[in-house]
Amino acid sequence: MTKMKPASKIYIALVLIFLYLPIFMLMILSFNGSNSTSVMNGVSLKWYVELFRSEATMNALYNTLVLAVTSSLTATVIGTVAAVGIDKMKKGFAKTMITTVTNIPMMNPEIVTGVSLMLLFVFIGSILKINGVLGFWTLFIAHVTFSLPYVILNVLPKLSQVDPNLAQAAQDLGCPPVKAFFKVVFPSILPGIFAGLIMAFTLSLDDFIISYFVSGPKFQTLPIYIFSMTKKRVTPDMYALFTLMFIAILVLLILVNVFQSKGEKKAKKGGARND
Amino acid sequence: MNKKNSLMQKLCAAPHIVWSVIFIVVPLAMVVYYALTDNNGNFSTVNIERLGDYTTTFLRSIWLGIIATVICLVIAYPLAYIISQSKLRVQSTMVMLIMIPMWMNFLLRTYSWMALLEDSGVINTLLGYIGIGPFKMINTQGAVVLGMVYNFLPFMVLPIYSVMVKLDKNLVEAAQDLGANKINVFSKVIFPSTLSGVVSGITMVFVPSVSTFYISQKLGGGNVVLIGDIIEMQFQVSNNFHFGAALSLVLMILILICMAVMNKFGDPEADEAAGGVIL
Repeated sequence: MTKMKPASKIYIALVLIFLYLPIFMLMILSFNGSNSTSVMNGVSLKWYVELFRSEATMNALYNTLVLAVTSSLTATVIGTVAAVGIDKMKKGFAKTMITTVTNIPMMNPEIVTGVSLMLLFVFIGSILKINGVLGFWTLFIAHVTFSLPYVILNVLPKLSQVDPNLAQAAQDLGCPPVKAFFKVVFPSILPGIFAGLIMAFTLSLDDFIISYFVSGPKFQTLPIYIFSMTKKRVTPDMYALFTLMFIAILVLLILVNVFQSKGEKKAKKGGARND
Repeated sequence: MNKKNSLMQKLCAAPHIVWSVIFIVVPLAMVVYYALTDNNGNFSTVNIERLGDYTTTFLRSIWLGIIATVICLVIAYPLAYIISQSKLRVQSTMVMLIMIPMWMNFLLRTYSWMALLEDSGVINTLLGYIGIGPFKMINTQGAVVLGMVYNFLPFMVLPIYSVMVKLDKNLVEAAQDLGANKINVFSKVIFPSTLSGVVSGITMVFVPSVSTFYISQKLGGGNVVLIGDIIEMQFQVSNNFHFGAALSLVLMILILICMAVMNKFGDPEADEAAGGVIL
């Protein structure tokens, strides 16, 4: 908790410049008057107008959001329920096996996860004689699969903090098991579930490598659409989109931070009163 | 009643287990199956034998991955230390600033480096004003390593930071009181207790660096071909799934070996800490 030394300040500033230099360059170029993606020629908002006019971009954005919402909700439900089951298991071979397999998508290189799922889908497609099996559902399955470990990882520690006697007490007082779970356990693991959901959502939103292998021409997400553009030439309306995304994330993070620090202050005050 | 209850709760894991078997275990088995068969589905080692042609590519990928990981570690360790020593409010702001780039589309961020590094790009233009250069930066191995460091640096900072904030200050003071000098305090107290964060940071940077294909395509411009590029080509361009599967299999095994070696040094809880800190 000491004051930062000047050398430390300079060091941090240098790292931050390194991290933000390309980001700010994209943001500045999004206001470019010409259609160059590297040289500035006057200032205009025309790429923002262009962005909302482009049907392909809006379509890709819509697809990305649909996929992120559906896959993160599914992963959260399966993952939370699974965490409850895993938490109850005794330490042993079965538990170790399950957690190891669950963590594979987190450990494996993304390209291998993508390739392995693609092979499965193509194989099933060739058996069932379906042409163009890759589309929304294959993307959905892939996104649920790589989100699951993050949900479980966020819920499990919260579950182990819950006193098992609480649910037992509720049941002894006549509460049916499922209701006891939702009344007693669920509220205390809710922060973990929420953190898992947000993580799954942002992972899905931003995933490119795995999606690249399991998507087809029928259903393109934004990262895949951007990739197909970077193969030829990126138009500055993508920079405009990038800038808007940056602002959205910044606002979101600041809001979360403000709420958190408010919560902490409340907790502190409560703690002080108890003393 | 109690037994029935706990059985019911254990069954909760069933949907997840079924899902994991079908979409994690079976796909990996498919990689092995495709690697060991030819187009007609007959057993063949042709794909495995062809791997020998790409030994230099494998070695190049691992070499560049190691360089990028070491650079990340050298940059991240002092940074994590400085952050962990600052005021709480500064800490949370700094962590946020380091996380934000991770949430931005990495394709565009990497693409942006192209414009910065080009022969007539921003950096060379600026250097030109002060009369240096131009330097050849784009389409070199250095540019690819820069792209890796840039993209994966936060993955190194966050896990190291998360163990550093938990570091017991009393330990450091005790060592100082007992007469240890700065170097000894660092090498005997601080570094060993942050090792778990370092190990998980290393795996989190090394794995995506070795297997990348986008960074090498954009910043290497075809001059720096990595193993990820070859795999991507088999699946998206030449449609040779069997050889692509063989390459993926080897990549997976190589990384498993590297991680097994790394995990000898660290403790398993570090990965969980790293997973938790991303949010």
